[in-house]
Amino acid sequence: MQSIYLDYSATTPLDPRVLAAMQPYFAEQFGNSKAIHRFGHDAETAIEHARETVARCLGCSPADVVFTSGGTESDNLALRGPAQYARVHDRPFTFITGPVEHAAVAVTARQIRDTLGAALRVVPVDRAGRVDPADLRAALHSLPANGIALVSLIHANNEIGTVSPIAEYAAIAHEHGALFHTDAVQSPGHLALEVEGMGIDLLSLSSHKFYGPKGAGVLVLRQNVPYLSAQTGASHEDHRRAGTHNTPGIVGTAAALEIACAERVESAARLSNLRQRLVAGVLSTIPDAELTGDPLDRLPGHASFAFKDVLSSTLLMHLDQRGIAASSGSACKSGNEQPSAILETLGFGPQWTRGGLRLSLGRSTTSDDIATVLAALPDAVAAVRRIAAMTATP
Amino acid sequence: MTARPRVVVAMSGGVDSSVAAALLVEQGYDVVGMMMRLWSEDCGEGGANRCCTPSQMADARRIAGQLGIPFYVIDTQEVFRRTIVQFFIDRYTAGDTPNPCLECNRYIRFEWLLSHALASGADYLATGHYARVEHAPDGTARLLKGRDPAKDQSYVLSVLTQDKLRHALFPVGDYTKAEIRAMAAARGLAVAAKHDSQDLCFLADGDYRRFLRAHAPGAARPGPILTRDGRQLGTHSGLLDYTIGQRKGLGISHSEPLYVLATDPMRNALIVGTADELGSRSLTAGRINWIAGGPPASRFTAEIKIRYKARLVPGTVTVLPDGSVQVNFAEPQRDITPGQGVVFYAGEECLGGGIITRGQ
Repeated sequence: MQSIYLDYSATTPLDPRVLAAMQPYFAEQFGNSKAIHRFGHDAETAIEHARETVARCLGCSPADVVFTSGGTESDNLALRGPAQYARVHDRPFTFITGPVEHAAVAVTARQIRDTLGAALRVVPVDRAGRVDPADLRAALHSLPANGIALVSLIHANNEIGTVSPIAEYAAIAHEHGALFHTDAVQSPGHLALEVEGMGIDLLSLSSHKFYGPKGAGVLVLRQNVPYLSAQTGASHEDHRRAGTHNTPGIVGTAAALEIACAERVESAARLSNLRQRLVAGVLSTIPDAELTGDPLDRLPGHASFAFKDVLSSTLLMHLDQRGIAASSGSACKSGNEQPSAILETLGFGPQWTRGGLRLSLGRSTTSDDIATVLAALPDAVAAVRRIAAMTATP
Repeated sequence: MTARPRVVVAMSGGVDSSVAAALLVEQGYDVVGMMMRLWSEDCGEGGANRCCTPSQMADARRIAGQLGIPFYVIDTQEVFRRTIVQFFIDRYTAGDTPNPCLECNRYIRFEWLLSHALASGADYLATGHYARVEHAPDGTARLLKGRDPAKDQSYVLSVLTQDKLRHALFPVGDYTKAEIRAMAAARGLAVAAKHDSQDLCFLADGDYRRFLRAHAPGAARPGPILTRDGRQLGTHSGLLDYTIGQRKGLGISHSEPLYVLATDPMRNALIVGTADELGSRSLTAGRINWIAGGPPASRFTAEIKIRYKARLVPGTVTVLPDGSVQVNFAEPQRDITPGQGVVFYAGEECLGGGIITRGQ
């Protein structure tokens, strides 16, 4: 059976051009970048070249670019670094975030509260999952004197696709002397990213979300950020992230990001078109279906829905049986379907919160794929609902 | 699209369903593995049904990977709780001794899971039961005992109707358990040595009396121990603590050994008597399912099982006007228990069965 992959928000295939760029750094130019000999020098050259490329794509200085193992590590370093710095310098640390952040931020936030004594402030979101700037402003009132405050708000939500005005949030944070971090893992190739122009202090990326390799990512860490690394060891990355460089991953990250930036405008327009057809088709053919997230200001290739009286994991199974690989953004594989915390936060009732579906489009998605999905999805939803409703009692 | 028939195999991570899946792959079917996650006590984070624990899931997933078939865990907790667990509680509260496995096959495996299988394009649902199904060219199907007399599970499949049996496959039913274990070992399936899945899988610990005390307090009220003629000999601790035919643990001294003859849920009474009072020559049963669609005759002789693990005994089945049956046995049966299934056989063939309403 032909499979249609509609889970690009979860991960993307490695671009063959990226693979070609990475290839020499596995076995031929395998040196350790810290070594004095020519093998080490070759690796270092490749890494520093990659750093410049990444900085150019993101609109920041190469010195701001820290290579990590991925989005989760970047988020961890972004939160823990300033929190640890504050702790060591005996300054109060306040962390301000939203209720629909990725777990890498949400769970880490709770841990820095519990282990480092960070004060946690959670700003509410609207039905689209977006923080109202006025609410952010309110949350930044009466920060402790001599403290360090960090705001972290996701750029584009992975589960519901909503894009947030991070430049505005960054400006508000700065008005109150706070730093601004954003998890921009979903953004490259879809949304413009301009670190200096947007006033971003810290930013997290994950290479496999933009046709780069898994196990590689970027933390943008501006020079002004007080930071004590949570990943300690030798002096790699100017003491900001210890550990031998993943040279092929770093080279691949830069190659993938360069392509993502170069092709962004065209790709976003194409995907946005396909997505709008998909959304319109789903909402017009399936009863008791709602688009989740912002209908317009969202990731171009990201369509997310909630279906009443549907269990996501069961629906995903039926879709996979029909050759469609999708996600809910929160469904688990162990058959213990829990309500989506994000859908609950957005105000969906209990009949809806276990019925999320995310269809995320990417480079290989065609118009025919959208037609196939629109033909199969109403039937799959109807089957899941019919079976759930019919079961008799002894 | 492939032209091979597609079959969903219900996988538990155990040896029988794993070999069933392997055999189907070898027979050329387009095989999809599914595992139902069933409700259990403490089923929240961490807790799990004894038959679908994370480790069983991991086993099934690994077997599916080894066989190269897709595998899904399907959340069945809510419908299982609402249908089977509630039924178990309700029937005990009403004074019966239900067999939830029968109802699970009727309402969950061969209704709910079968519907999901058919909706996902499958032609068949296979399980690891030791039974055989014979599909005739005209589309009808017969249910036969498993080849291994010690493992035959046709009893719990006696609830299947033609529209279900038509889609059923039981790949291990042609073999003995020993052969299945050997086949698992020969195929390098890492489940060859595992033991069988559990009845009453939703109990955290297998102690159904503890479960019922918590969930069916009505069945745990003390009441009188009476003789057939109404003399009170003592007090019982709750009807759920006793089984019909039980001798030990009655806590009353009497000139002759006493046995539990019956329960009287209306009076919350335990009826006891001597060995010669024990046993009945007949029973009535309702909720009858005839696998062929109807009985072979309005009155016929059959071999009969009154519990899953009971021996087959000869008897006569009479179909009553309301569709229920009366069963007369050649010899008195000591443990006819309302709520259990009575299942009828003609040689190798399972004809169907019903739920015992009373013995007399």
